[in-house]
Order: sequence, then structure tokens, then C-alpha cells
Amino acid sequence: MHPFSYARPTEVTEAVHELAGPARAKFIAGGTNLLDLMKVNVEQPNRLIDINRLPLNTIDELDNGGLRLGALVTNADTAYHPLVEQRYPLLSQAILSAASAQLRNMATNGGNLFQRTRCYYFYDTAMPCNKRQMHHSDQITGTGPAGCGALGGYNRIHAILGTEASDGTVHCIATHPSDMAVALTALDATIHVTGPNGDRTVPIGNLHRLPGSEPQFDHTLRPDELVTAIELPPQGFPDHYTYLKLRDRSSYAFALVSVAVGLEMDGDVVTNARLALGGVAHKPWRKPEAEQLLIGRTATREHFQPVAEALLEGAVGYGHNTFKIDLAKRAIVRALGMAINKEKREEGE
Amino acid sequence: MQTTLPAPTVESAPVPLQPITLTVNGTSYQLNLAPWTTLLDALREYANLTGTKKGCDHGQCGACTVLVNGKRINACLTLAVMHDDHAITTIEGLATDGALHPVQKAFIDHDAFQCGYCTPGQICSAVGMINEGQVRTVADVRELMSGNLCRCGAYPHIVDAICDVMQLDTGK
Ligand SMILES: Cc1cc2nc3c(=O)[nH]c(=O)nc-3n(C[C@H](O)[C@H](O)[C@H](O)COP(=O)(O)OP(=O)(O)OC[C@H]3O[C@@H](n4cnc5c(N)ncnc54)[C@H](O)[C@@H]3O)c2cc1C
Ligand code: SF4
Ligand code: FES
Ligand code: FES
Repeated sequence: MHPFSYARPTEVTEAVHELAGPARAKFIAGGTNLLDLMKVNVEQPNRLIDINRLPLNTIDELDNGGLRLGALVTNADTAYHPLVEQRYPLLSQAILSAASAQLRNMATNGGNLFQRTRCYYFYDTAMPCNKRQMHHSDQITGTGPAGCGALGGYNRIHAILGTEASDGTVHCIATHPSDMAVALTALDATIHVTGPNGDRTVPIGNLHRLPGSEPQFDHTLRPDELVTAIELPPQGFPDHYTYLKLRDRSSYAFALVSVAVGLEMDGDVVTNARLALGGVAHKPWRKPEAEQLLIGRTATREHFQPVAEALLEGAVGYGHNTFKIDLAKRAIVRALGMAINKEKREEGE
Repeated sequence: MQTTLPAPTVESAPVPLQPITLTVNGTSYQLNLAPWTTLLDALREYANLTGTKKGCDHGQCGACTVLVNGKRINACLTLAVMHDDHAITTIEGLATDGALHPVQKAFIDHDAFQCGYCTPGQICSAVGMINEGQVRTVADVRELMSGNLCRCGAYPHIVDAICDVMQLDTGK
């Protein structure tokens, strides 16, 4: 690891102030992604601001019926919290599908959102990678456009949606690896942020971005902004939900494709629908027009297929990952069936 | 292709070693560590507690599992300085007054290891899992122990050992 100094503030203002200094500083929460990347020299901060002692580690009920998840609550404590289990079981399920029990005990809600892609060319500093090498105030590895190792390489885990820049060129086909963020997208969560210019909120859909011609930026926050909490709206879809995660082994593996579904039903008829996909793009993939296709329809297979087609519209394969287009469509159909039928969900089919 | 990294744009000041007190298995260790020392390296290289193993050093195998304030974590993906006021338990600290922890005893009774490299991590992980109280079925044991890989493939006996302690019926 590149040498760094260490600070452990106890106040949010102090933490934000520390980061705004001249050093190439970074926050460290659970450390499970940052330290991993520091060991392979992809991240090289020269100062770490340990935010674990900030008072952002509670889960609180909101007056509007929603829930506020502190940025420093661990993924495990969030997934097993009784209010999350009861009202947002989709979120519990997504979190518990990720990583391992040990990692979930360390990983925090804030850190989970900012984990970086698992693209193997991004991890290997001997390979070309635009995301790692394009200039970014945060990265000393930023030497300029270098090409994308995955585009002409082995890209089985890579993106099939939203990869093109506005001029049709492709600079990065990385996916966002978080399962939690996919569930939060279906739940329409709001991210609370603080920084040198004060507090603001960002809808989850605007937190992450598509790579375009600037893949070095994973998200839309400034480098000196701190996430303080994630706010869940009152509607948590506790009756009809599922998180379906398809991967190479049945536990302790990242998603090839995942689907988060939340439905409201009146008898057999869908009255409200949310769908988000993981493993297919640089951000969790949601398309409200596709969700609209379900409203007022009976929940049957013939009504699911058009939703799958609409969500995957414009998908492009790059060779090894082309299978994901069909896999995602089938996963959507299956996940909708599981969300409607509790027994199917519990059997995992 | 880039094989060497450019020099840092902001020079880091020389970083002094930090005095850190780690409380491991009830004993306190006064160590002088660089901030980038992982908890795993602090335990093995500085506190001379080599029971905790390094497999992958990247959170992918579970060999380094220890308990921090009763919760299981991967010691390779956390810094020692982040734990100076926490209670750390390693495999060396599970036995009490010379009597093996029930999970240790069950691993012996069920022949739950071959080379033994993953075993300290498996046992600490199982103890952590039991503390968490989320297991209801044998399938839960498999799922919640998935963070511990065993290259020898001793999984069936590992599951048997844990189920024995938890009084879960494996149907055997
Ligand atoms: C072997 C392995 C398997 C995994 N499998 C999965 C999986 O299947 N699914 C999945 O979703 N994840 C998986 N993960 C990733 C894991 O979920 C993330 O590493 C974890 O959620 C990151 O959280 P953290 O608190 O440890 O973040 P850290 O590593 O501490 O930080 C990550 C980044 O977030 C920034 N940051 C942290 N907190 C804040 C904040 N409050 N405000 C602003 N910035 C912040 C840091 O500066 C850093 O850049 C896996 C990880 C490993 C090692
Ligand atoms: S897909 Fe993105 S992260 Fe992976 S090599 Fe290409 S530019 Fe880098
Ligand atoms: S050595 Fe820590 S998980 Fe492998
Ligand atoms: S007993 Fe050899 S790795 Fe598990």
C-alpha cells in the first residue's frame, strides 16, 4: 500500500473539513472496498479519514412513515433490523445476497454505494483502463485516456445497457457491483449528503451515472461530499417483492444479472410496479415506462414479457457478455412471478 | 502499457509510527504500527498470534476471520488503527481455562478439517454466526458460512460439526 496518514474525527463537520484539505484524502468506512483497491494500487490516497466514529450509525423512523438508514450502519445490522425486515424485505434480501457474513458485518450503507466496479482490467494496473487512467482529481493514476481492456478482452461480467457516449463511442463497459443499490433504486430511496457547501439530497437514480466519455466518474457527488443517510419512502412493497440474483455460484459471488421487483396488487391486478436491474450497466437500471406496462394488467406471464423487452431495449453485447441480454429478460419474467407468489419466492424459484 | 506509476502529485509527509493498543483475547498489546498495517498483519507479525491465517488478503476466503466485539470480520480488510479500543478474539482466545470451545471440540469430533489452514477462520466464523442468532436451518448454516472457503473440501464435516453444536438435525 502507498503510505498514508490517518485521522479519526468524531464530528461530521470535522470530517468534511479534513477532506477539503490539500491532501489526496479519502473517507474510510468498512474499508472492504477501499483497502482492497489500495492493496493493488488502484486507489492511492495519502490520507485516510476514518468516519466510523461519526454519529451516523442509527436507523430512525420518519414522521411520513419512511425510514432513515444512517450511512455508517453496517449492511448486516440494516438487513436484520426488524423495521427493515418488516417494511422493506426487498432491501434485506438484496443485502443478504451480497458478499459474505463477515463482509456484511464490516460494510456500511454509505460505503456500499461507492464501491467500485469489479472489472478485472480496472483492478490490474498493468492493463489499459479508461476508468482508472482518465484524469480525476482523486487519482494519481490519471494519465489520460488509455483505452478499455474489457472492450476487446474478456468481458463476460460487463455491461449491456447504457454503454455508449452521446456520439456513439464506447469508453467503458463496467458495471456497478452493488446489490443494495439495485434494491434502493426500486424503492426510490433518497441520499442525504453533506459537504463544504452544506446539506443536499440526491435521488438514488441520480447518484450513479452512465460512463459516457468520462468513465472515471462513477457517481455525481463531489469528492469532498459525505453521505450521511439513506432515506426510504413509506412504500416498501412488503407484500409483493423479490430480489433475484443470478451468479456463477449460489453464494458469495457478484451478480451476473439481478432483478429487484416491488409490486402493489389489487387482487390479480397490478396497481404499482417498480423494477431495477443489476449487473447490466454502470448504474442500477430502471425504466419507468417499462413499469407502466404492468399497471392495470393481470399478473400473468404474457404481461411480463413486454416489460422484459422494454427494459432491455437497446441492449448491446460485447461478445462474452451477450448471453446477459436473454438472461436478463428471463430473469425479469421469473422475478415478477416470484414477487406475486410468496410460495415461489420462498422456494427460490 | 503502463507498468510503473507516476510519482504522487502531492508529496506525503513522512508518516510516523502510531502507538496502538490492541486488546486481543483479553490481553493488551502495545504496538507501534504504521497506519497501513492491517489488523491481520498486526496480529500475526507484531502480536505474534499466528493462529489467524492469511489466505487471499482480499476478503475472498475467510481464513483471516476474527471476532471484533463479538462480530466476525475479515482481519485482512481492516486496519489495526481502526480497532484500538475494541475487544478482539482470535482462535487462540476461544478456549477457556484449558477447555476447548464447544465449536473447537465439535470440529475434532467430526473430523472437520484436512490440512487445517482454513480451520481457525472456520471456527471463529461459526462462533460469530452462532452469536448472530440468524440460523434456523441446515441450509442457513451453509449460506451463512459461505464466507469461509476450504480448499480441501471439508465442507460436509464442517457443517456437521456446527450443526452438532447448534443441535440442528442434518438427517445423518
Ligand atoms: C470478496 C468480496 C465479495 C463481495 N461481494 C459483493 C456482492 O456480491 N454484492 C455487493 O453488493 N457487494 C459485494 N462486495 C462489496 C462490498 O459490499 C463493499 O466492499 C462494501 O459494501 C463497501 O462498504 P465499506 O463500508 O466497506 O466501504 P469502504 O471500502 O470503506 O469505502 C468504499 C468507498 O466509499 C467511500 N465512502 C465510504 N463511506 C462514505 C460516505 N458515508 N460518504 C461518502 N463516501 C463514502 C470511500 O471513500 C471509498 O471510496 C464484496 C466485497 C468483497 C471483498
Ligand atoms: S470496462 Fe471500464 S473499468 Fe473495465 S477496463 Fe474498460 S474502462 Fe476500465
Ligand atoms: S485472508 Fe482475509 S479473506 Fe482471505
Ligand atoms: S482443511 Fe484444508 S483448506 Fe480447509
